[in-house]
Amino acid sequence: MTEFLPLSEAIARHVPDGASVALEGFTHLIPFAAGHELIRQGRRDLHLIRMTPDLIYDQLIGMGAARRLTFSWGGNPGVGSLHRLRDAVEKGWPRPLEIDEHSHAGMAAAYSAGAARLPFGLLRGYIGSDLPAHNPNIRNLRCPYTGEQLATVPALNPDVTILHAQRADRRGNVAIEGIIGAQREAGLAARLLIVTVEEIVDELPPAMNGVLLPHFVVGVISHCPGGAWPSYAHGRYARDNDFYLRWDDIARDRDRFGAWIRRHVQGTADHRAFIASLGRAAA
Amino acid sequence: MNEYSRDEMMTVAAARMLWDGCVCFVGIGLPSAACNLARLSHAPELVLIYESGTIGARPRVLPLSIGDGELAETAACVVPLPDIFSDYLQAGRVDVGFLGAAQIDRFGNLNSTVIGPYEMPRTRLPGAGGATEIAAHARQVFVVMKASTRSFVPRLDFQTSGGHFEGRSSSGARGGGPAAVVTDVGILKPQAGGELALAAAYPGITADEARAAVGWKLAVARKVETIAAPTAAELAALRALEASTAAAHREPVRLPT
Repeated sequence: MTEFLPLSEAIARHVPDGASVALEGFTHLIPFAAGHELIRQGRRDLHLIRMTPDLIYDQLIGMGAARRLTFSWGGNPGVGSLHRLRDAVEKGWPRPLEIDEHSHAGMAAAYSAGAARLPFGLLRGYIGSDLPAHNPNIRNLRCPYTGEQLATVPALNPDVTILHAQRADRRGNVAIEGIIGAQREAGLAARLLIVTVEEIVDELPPAMNGVLLPHFVVGVISHCPGGAWPSYAHGRYARDNDFYLRWDDIARDRDRFGAWIRRHVQGTADHRAFIASLGRAAA
Repeated sequence: MNEYSRDEMMTVAAARMLWDGCVCFVGIGLPSAACNLARLSHAPELVLIYESGTIGARPRVLPLSIGDGELAETAACVVPLPDIFSDYLQAGRVDVGFLGAAQIDRFGNLNSTVIGPYEMPRTRLPGAGGATEIAAHARQVFVVMKASTRSFVPRLDFQTSGGHFEGRSSSGARGGGPAAVVTDVGILKPQAGGELALAAAYPGITADEARAAVGWKLAVARKVETIAAPTAAELAALRALEASTAAAHREPVRLPT
């Protein structure tokens, strides 16, 4: 049975310190509200998993919530660096961060294997790259049929995957529209799937070829309108490209970053208050 | 004579290399501008694939990220990201992959991972993303980078993506590697053996200037083609695209309350 919980309770009950957590969403539907709740509740020692750490992991890493990061592209899309991620890797601030680095194709294969409960993902990958020499998780095998050398990556099975979606129904089915990234695979790969949604409806229309996560794979649903800001929810609100540009300045400086988090995340009770606090900050 | 910047020359030169109907794997920034300029001018049937899963995107403004909603709304179809990398890229269905990087060497190998040692980097860069497998499996790769001795280096700090490295032909890579490196001082192309040489020059930029911008002793191809300056129509289309993009990115976002 899918549980319906307020986000704060979902995080408190299901995401302990030290957990491996994947907050997925490829540019679209990034579960920022859930990430902020992890910061509010002061989670530590997390193993963070995400193809593109994006601003949400920049924030968690900058707050010292992570001990390890599995990722494949760690920049601010179209803008430049993730300064908190860089500070952690280059200077160990606020704490050292272990890196488990892949390519997008490698992580996609690892999530797909995790979703199918296979032990590893297989790809024609990492050719001509130094990555396998630095990441012992990237190995290879010889195809038993053709003899070709192929790359392997261990399956990703996060303790918890958190996604954001447009809609869920009262039975716990979840519908996602627009760019889907590796959300479906990351959701199915998890031991527990938590989904924050813009809207809960009585009944969802049949999904046809749209993406639907059926209720029996969804552990918890939290109603959280605006929960993907400053990324976006297709059909609801657009990506706040201007905020992604401004984040470059906020995150560049440790003190300014800390002040932003204290004011908007730690200084607000929940996501609704967080959104309200941004209005004041815009002045 | 039209006034134009070196960035505009690069973008126009890259756009002209794309042919109508070509299936093109696009990154953000200059490659995205070049591809969309081509689509809006001489190659209306160009198929743009962005790694977020959008196939056949026809964006009206340039996306800031590779997952902007504009791409999904204008795409022929939106597929899961793992499909893009397995069924399209690794399966060999991409004609051209566009890449940039922080460093490139004389064989077109690319670094987008770290400056300094991997375990203790001086500068941590974003990393591979889609680049490693694009470099391996796109039928050909166009690299777009501004030339400087900091970025065109004799030796990479880290090899993220393979160019014409030794053993490429037996490595399992399906594609042919970098076919051209479009810079702001001319276009480099691989010669026999895979080493890059200056193969095309822009108006007013000499081979000496190109050599000075490259950190290894740059070879010059036997025949150096001259690239025509951007036309008034190309400049107008590119500038209009950039102006509408800037305006769209300034639009305030309204959130649900």
